[in-house]
Amino acid sequence: MPAAGVVLIVTVVLIVLALVYYLVSTIVQLRAITNGLDDVIANVGEILAKTEPVEPVVADINANLDAAVSALEGLLVKKAGMDDAMGLVVGLYPGAAAAGLRDFPQSREISPPRIGEVYTKGTLTLARLGREAPIAVANPAGPVLRNVEYGSLNARLLYPEARQGRPERLERSPVIGTDSPEQYEQRDDIGKPRKRMRSA
Amino acid sequence: MTLWWIGDIVLLVVVVPAVLYLLNGVLSASKSIVPSVRKIADVTAAGSRDLDAVPLLLTTQDQVRQTVAGVANYGGSLDVIIDDA
Repeated sequence: MPAAGVVLIVTVVLIVLALVYYLVSTIVQLRAITNGLDDVIANVGEILAKTEPVEPVVADINANLDAAVSALEGLLVKKAGMDDAMGLVVGLYPGAAAAGLRDFPQSREISPPRIGEVYTKGTLTLARLGREAPIAVANPAGPVLRNVEYGSLNARLLYPEARQGRPERLERSPVIGTDSPEQYEQRDDIGKPRKRMRSA
Repeated sequence: MTLWWIGDIVLLVVVVPAVLYLLNGVLSASKSIVPSVRKIADVTAAGSRDLDAVPLLLTTQDQVRQTVAGVANYGGSLDVIIDDA
């Protein structure tokens, strides 16, 4: 065999060896890729299975919350009126009046009243419901009251404490009426203008 | 005989480097894919673990229903006892 033929055979053998090495290495890598993709497919399948019931559940939650929002907005506007309702909203969430009420687009165009006025009227309404607050002596239908000295205390007394710590020490409701066991002296200054300090 | 040598030289100088270059490129590309696939598998596994809390949505759904029912009852009572504006 001539030398050129030997060189040719050696070269072909080298090419075949290189092909074997690289192709086997590539096959190994492709096997690794296949295994990894199998893991991915399994995990994606789990994700699909876990998220399948999410849509109807979330849709049901949203439907319930939408109904609650509509009912509460309607009740708020019905009972407080649009102006005071927006004032109350602003009192709870400053700046929220710009967004307005969802079911009442016209609420965005209202200039909300001051918080104190709405709050006092709400306090009077609660007081009228029998919470025995001193402020209940006023007429809820009357003008807005401003008790700058005890307004905060009176308001706080209307609401129960978060941990209900008071009932053990809370006095029982007094018996009132002309035949009550304890007669209280009637104050003369109730209903009259407050005393003012004379200016020097 | 001269043509044989020319063919051998062409084989050694052109064909062998080209084959090696191409095969090396395929192997490098396949090697670079493996870490990416492994990362994707890890991420999907983590995402699947994150969704283990999804069944709690059923509890949330039930609680929302109860809360909305309570709010509706409370609102109905308020509608009765409080005068309209």
